[in-house]
Amino acid sequence: MDLNFSAEDIAFRDEVRTFIADNYPAGLRAKSEEGEELSKEDFLSWHKVLAAKGWAGIAWPVEYGGTGWTSVQRYIFAEESARGDAMRLLPFGLNMVGPVIYTFGTPEQKAKFLPRILSGADWWCQGYSEPGAGSDLANLRTKAERFTGDDGKEYYRVNGQKTWTTLAQHADWIFCLVRTDPTVKPQEGISFLLIDMKTPGITVRPIITLGGEHEVNEVWLEDVIVPVENRVFHENKGWTCAKFLLAHERTGIAGVAASKRGVERIKTIARTEIDSFGDDAQPLLANPFFKRKVAELEIDLTALEFTELRTLAGESSGKGPGPESSLLKIKGTEIQQRITELALEAVGHYGAPYFRGFGEGDNEHPIGPDYAHRAAPTYFNMRKTSIYGGSNEIQRNIIAKMVLGL
Amino acid sequence: MDFNFTDEQTMLRDSVGRYLSDTYTFDARMTAVNGDSGWNPGVWKAFAEELGILGAPFAEAHGGLGGGAIENMIVMEEIGKALVIEPYLQTVVIGGGFLKAAGGALADAVIPQIIDGSAVIAFAYAEPQGRYNLADLRTTAKKDGAGYVLNGHKAVVYAAPWATHFIVTARTGGSVRERSGVSVFLIPANAAGITRRDYPTVDGARASEVYFENVAIGADTLIGAEGEGLPLVEQVVDEATAAVCAEGSGVVRKLHEGTLDYSRQRKQFGKAIGEFQVLQHRMVDMFMEVEQAVSMTLMATLRLDERDRAKHVSSAKNKISRGARFVGQNAVQIHGGIGISNELAIGHYFKRASMIESQFGDADYHLRRYESLMD
Repeated sequence: MDLNFSAEDIAFRDEVRTFIADNYPAGLRAKSEEGEELSKEDFLSWHKVLAAKGWAGIAWPVEYGGTGWTSVQRYIFAEESARGDAMRLLPFGLNMVGPVIYTFGTPEQKAKFLPRILSGADWWCQGYSEPGAGSDLANLRTKAERFTGDDGKEYYRVNGQKTWTTLAQHADWIFCLVRTDPTVKPQEGISFLLIDMKTPGITVRPIITLGGEHEVNEVWLEDVIVPVENRVFHENKGWTCAKFLLAHERTGIAGVAASKRGVERIKTIARTEIDSFGDDAQPLLANPFFKRKVAELEIDLTALEFTELRTLAGESSGKGPGPESSLLKIKGTEIQQRITELALEAVGHYGAPYFRGFGEGDNEHPIGPDYAHRAAPTYFNMRKTSIYGGSNEIQRNIIAKMVLGL
Repeated sequence: MDFNFTDEQTMLRDSVGRYLSDTYTFDARMTAVNGDSGWNPGVWKAFAEELGILGAPFAEAHGGLGGGAIENMIVMEEIGKALVIEPYLQTVVIGGGFLKAAGGALADAVIPQIIDGSAVIAFAYAEPQGRYNLADLRTTAKKDGAGYVLNGHKAVVYAAPWATHFIVTARTGGSVRERSGVSVFLIPANAAGITRRDYPTVDGARASEVYFENVAIGADTLIGAEGEGLPLVEQVVDEATAAVCAEGSGVVRKLHEGTLDYSRQRKQFGKAIGEFQVLQHRMVDMFMEVEQAVSMTLMATLRLDERDRAKHVSSAKNKISRGARFVGQNAVQIHGGIGISNELAIGHYFKRASMIESQFGDADYHLRRYESLMD
């Protein structure tokens, strides 16, 4: 048992810290500090810096252009990224479809897609959820019928609707679960398709969420023609890819490093805000009620962190992410939500003004302190974390069944 | 012990509820919320003329219905159920509360204007630094001949863009957070030297930062005695807090009902999600919070005239702030993704519930006040 990093780990940490300090775009730091919505260019700018350094494929094997880092190194990188207020790269290409392609894809698929995911040339989105298939993913209805084209090649004709498709408005490609055989059990008869968003028949419609953000979309597919070679793994065996991807999605979902920064931000706000009670105007952080909630949050975050470290240690000794990752998802998202609750509590009256963010060249100053104007929208927006990626109720079912044997 | 409404009170509840469910649909509300002015003056006119509710808590001598806090509670609960943005709380409960307590010429002049709908009042009390402490005032009113000169900045003044009058708290003496030296004024919203920065609020209303720069006001704008206004401010804010508890009861009722409806319709894993025991228990817990919110609202409203009013109001607000969070968060969670979209009413009830949590003090503030008043 050793809690300390090795000398190599410390050297690695210092290298990462210096690189982020020297290379992270300053404009992005200001935006993420205030929780501003990011543009496509914002998302891609840091991706491209990391890709040039060879640090985009953090969890990828070296043979596919990844870093080949150990789980401890990945943990250090996440920690240092949060410490330096650097954004996390979007997971859809790097953490979701990428690993599916290098694990299940053909040599042609690997050659075609993996380098472009790493470089950020292709923006991916995820076509899993449907209006009738949320946490019950196997109930999906989008159908793909196979046919032979006039050119003699094999194609699928895809019809259906996907929803909650994050940042699909920017996407070049979507990976979809589709039903290729409606006559078998729900989990069978599903295939995993890669679809070019420029294909005729695809319509993206925005869904505006409670905080006013355009982050998610509906994606309609009407007679969308997809070549058979864009199917990953066997026909009707897409559930294997889906399960593999969901397990990967849940790792790193704990968000410990970002939550640590979130707690620090709350403390900064609570040192500035003044407590309501009594005759003397003390800082809010001196209010015993508020302080206790921050303390409990820190303690719960520490418990999550060390549980994640134990999981990482298990993974580095060869165990894949198992059902215990559901614990990280539940506790991680609950803590993320509590951070936004406390931030909203901390800003008091100035949680109420609704400020729609700055456009380019818009110099209007927000209402109230800078740290206040995103508190409520962020609180509303983060309600999603206990719903997406398999709701926390579903995660508890998974633990009950897979871990507790109930 | 009698928790029954009188026939008049039942009629009031039924007529407001019917009017709102017939005309104040969610779509109509959102049209007003997203419009330029941010509210619907036609609704305000109907409140005055068709329903007569703007006179609910006022004496018949002023042209009112002769009611009081219970009538306010009834109206505010219906306002919560329909997510009404029009400023009944600010104008009738708060503005009316100050004027009724002050009496005299000002009350005689302005209360009839409230009742006929021509006066809209906004309560400019909070300041950027002061949080929920009503005595944390840097706004000053300096004696100047027969009148006063007002200077200061008031934060997040709900309904200010629509207001014909402001009720302003200011120091005529004493230091920040001192109990003495606080005075209350009712001044015209268009007085020279007042500027506003207007904005929408996250719960669909409109508010302003209001700046007073050498605003000259007459001695006849003073409500109550100079320098001794804090007890009156505390009393009216307690009445307003009880009214917000009533609104909160209506909001959580609708959050719960909407969630029940959805859980009966939404199918996952081959059955309605309402059939899953874990969600059933959650909705039972929500139900219990809703019922307790109604109980606490009633308790606080019935005790507004008692000596330990403050303690009872704080106990109600603490309970309802916690309940609003629990019911609101779980309503969204049970709705799943659709719960966080801006299209459905459920999210807007959640947003209003979230603002009610902290309005006139959050759960922590009221728990501390309760503790300080415990025997």
